[in-house]
Amino acid sequence: MGGGKVVNALFSGLVDYRAENAEPYNVMAESIETTDSKVYTITLKEGWTFHDGTPVTSQSYIDAWNFVAYSPNGQQNASFLSQIQGFADVNTADPDGAEGPEQAPQPAATEMSGLRAIDDRTFEVTLSAPFSVFPTTLGYRAFAPLPEAFFTDQAAWEANPIGNGPFRFVSRQPGVNIVVERWDEWKGEEKPSIGGVEFRFYESPDAAYADVIANNLDYLEAIPSSALVGQLFETDLPERSVNQTYLGNTTITFPLYDPKYQNPQLRQAISLAIDRAAVNDTVYNGLRVPADGYIPPSLDGYIAGQCGDLCAFDPARAKQLFDSTGFTGPIEISSNVDGAGNQEAFQAVCVSITNALGVPCNFVPVPTFGEFRTTINAFQATTIFRTGWVADYPSIENFLNPLYKTNASSNDGQYSNPQVDALLAQADAAPSTEAGIALYQEAERAVLKDMPAVPLFYSTVQAGWSDRLQNVTTTQFRELDLASVTVSE
Amino acid sequence: MGRYVLRRLLQLVPVFLGTTFLIYVLVWAIPGDPFAGKCGDRPCPDAYVSAMRDKFNLDDNIFSQYVQYLGNLVRGDFGETFSGIQVSELIANAYPITIRLALIALAIEALIGLAAGIYTGLKGGGFLDNLVLISTLFLVAVPVFVTGYVIQTFLGLRLGLISPTVSADAPFSELIVPGFVLGSLSMAYVTRLTRTSIAENQKADYVRTAVAKGLAPRRVIGVHLLRNSAIPVITFLGTDLGALMGGAIVTEGIFNIRGIGGLVFRAIVTKEGVTVTGVVVLLVIVYLLMNLLVDVVYAVLDPRIRLD
Repeated sequence: MGGGKVVNALFSGLVDYRAENAEPYNVMAESIETTDSKVYTITLKEGWTFHDGTPVTSQSYIDAWNFVAYSPNGQQNASFLSQIQGFADVNTADPDGAEGPEQAPQPAATEMSGLRAIDDRTFEVTLSAPFSVFPTTLGYRAFAPLPEAFFTDQAAWEANPIGNGPFRFVSRQPGVNIVVERWDEWKGEEKPSIGGVEFRFYESPDAAYADVIANNLDYLEAIPSSALVGQLFETDLPERSVNQTYLGNTTITFPLYDPKYQNPQLRQAISLAIDRAAVNDTVYNGLRVPADGYIPPSLDGYIAGQCGDLCAFDPARAKQLFDSTGFTGPIEISSNVDGAGNQEAFQAVCVSITNALGVPCNFVPVPTFGEFRTTINAFQATTIFRTGWVADYPSIENFLNPLYKTNASSNDGQYSNPQVDALLAQADAAPSTEAGIALYQEAERAVLKDMPAVPLFYSTVQAGWSDRLQNVTTTQFRELDLASVTVSE
Repeated sequence: MGRYVLRRLLQLVPVFLGTTFLIYVLVWAIPGDPFAGKCGDRPCPDAYVSAMRDKFNLDDNIFSQYVQYLGNLVRGDFGETFSGIQVSELIANAYPITIRLALIALAIEALIGLAAGIYTGLKGGGFLDNLVLISTLFLVAVPVFVTGYVIQTFLGLRLGLISPTVSADAPFSELIVPGFVLGSLSMAYVTRLTRTSIAENQKADYVRTAVAKGLAPRRVIGVHLLRNSAIPVITFLGTDLGALMGGAIVTEGIFNIRGIGGLVFRAIVTKEGVTVTGVVVLLVIVYLLMNLLVDVVYAVLDPRIRLD
């Protein structure tokens, strides 16, 4: 999350998302055309250059994407390119996992066969299977272009990154700040009015909050929990704060590889036993939004009440369902407790479950996020556990495919349902976005019926700013929109 | 004296090896894979984790890792963090700030603590003595983070007298308030220590002799009484400088000071053993040198120690 906003300032991709509603629009792309959702022809706008003056060409994109996908380069975002034909040839999996003694085999190729430059401004992307959401994903950072300078001297480039975005790198001091300035030759439409940005890193959120009140800091993207109590931030920062939903949710996921949790009725019973509104009021001061499905309300494709009765609080029905499953022993829910409010929220969830079902529910705290994820990544969880998701790109697809498809990259509970897989594949191959959305919604309903993960809350962001800032828009990705904000002295 | 100092310097070597080894092993013994939480709620790709494990020798056993690390350290290479930043650069940025903060805290606790201690030690029992006793008791009882937040909120936010946080350069002027917060606890100890010490020594034979010789009261107190009473206080101040450098995590967090405390805290949380060890090595050296300095000052203050 943190470094991403700097990357977004330094780079412009083919596509970007509108600040208010995350709707994708073309930035560097003049057109992205396809007839079958499998082969895309992308044309670039004319006259774009990197900060060092070299032109941004088709090759800048192709080289960058090949670099990210090539597994020996060890790039975190490689999986975003996995839809492109030939990805398997450049990205090989480690046969015994990263910690095992065996090494991943050397990839057969260094370039993906699905990328082909037609001329300097046109290139063709062939996917291994139809994927209608592909143009929307192109706004994600993993798809940014890279200049020649990166490939000739990587160390020099890292010391002084050259991008093609509205801002140019000036300096950084590790642990203190990163400074960028406006780059006036930027060819995009929404030119920023501010002269530059200093991204500051604070020792604690409370210190940053104090600085916003004192006008020493212009924008704080997350108000600390101490100031959320009683909506204190709205008094401290009159007319200078926002509370809105963004593209994220919190769920609790069942480890379906554990035989205990295989009965869907048990999972539905637990969903019915949770009083989301009460937990929200007591723990989060009512600032979150109780979930009624997996898709956040501000996303295209959200349907109110998608979860139906299953996400309502109904202790009587929950008890009846639960008793029919014959589940014995206590219910256990675990979460890391180094995140704000986690411990309190999941304790409250447990109290709600205990009261509704009459079976003890225990909260199992894990000290750090790292430890917590180690168990989950290794599929060794024995308890129900907290999960959350923040969109990589604004599409309903991003809340389903990576999470609920069989063997998907973030399918933490190892959920698998052939019917859902088929629906998702059909949606991926849909000829248009609209047709795709309807199919994804159908898949969402099917997943919710199985309840591999209980939807709890839609995430909200509370941000605050100094009185020097005007026209503040907090994007659906919890970031300040640098293009529209203005500063007065 | 020279041999004494040399012997103490040689003692640095085993302590240095022992502490760095323990710290290194302990940091890596924290449960959890260092890369498990690096990619948010999704697991990191194997290729990324493999590349990182390779780069930081994480697949070797812990002893071999330590030896490789130590080898680099002796050559002055502190290694780099997971995000590719030189640890030496981080330390070079953070250390001067922490030293400045610790010196200010030390100066505040020494000046105010000694003055209050001497005054109440000489004239026990009055209103001021009781006031000092109660206020030091209060300082000892209140945790540092309470003092810090209260001062930040009232002086910084409500009254606007000070900036609520310290800027990146951390000049002396901005560090006075955090220094006061950091030194407040020790200041209370120094006051009480000095007070007791002075009160006791006031009745000592040598003080009586000095008075009987007809020396001016200023000289009796300033040279004879203070010199002997200072020994326990100097011990405390000396070791406290070491503690202030390492223990500033809370104060640095509240006032956003980019010092060693926050650096080491973040490194522990993210399991960056290389950073933790690098910082701790320096802290150990500071501790040992301060102890050495305290011992040397003893010898200066009390000839009996020097002549032993």
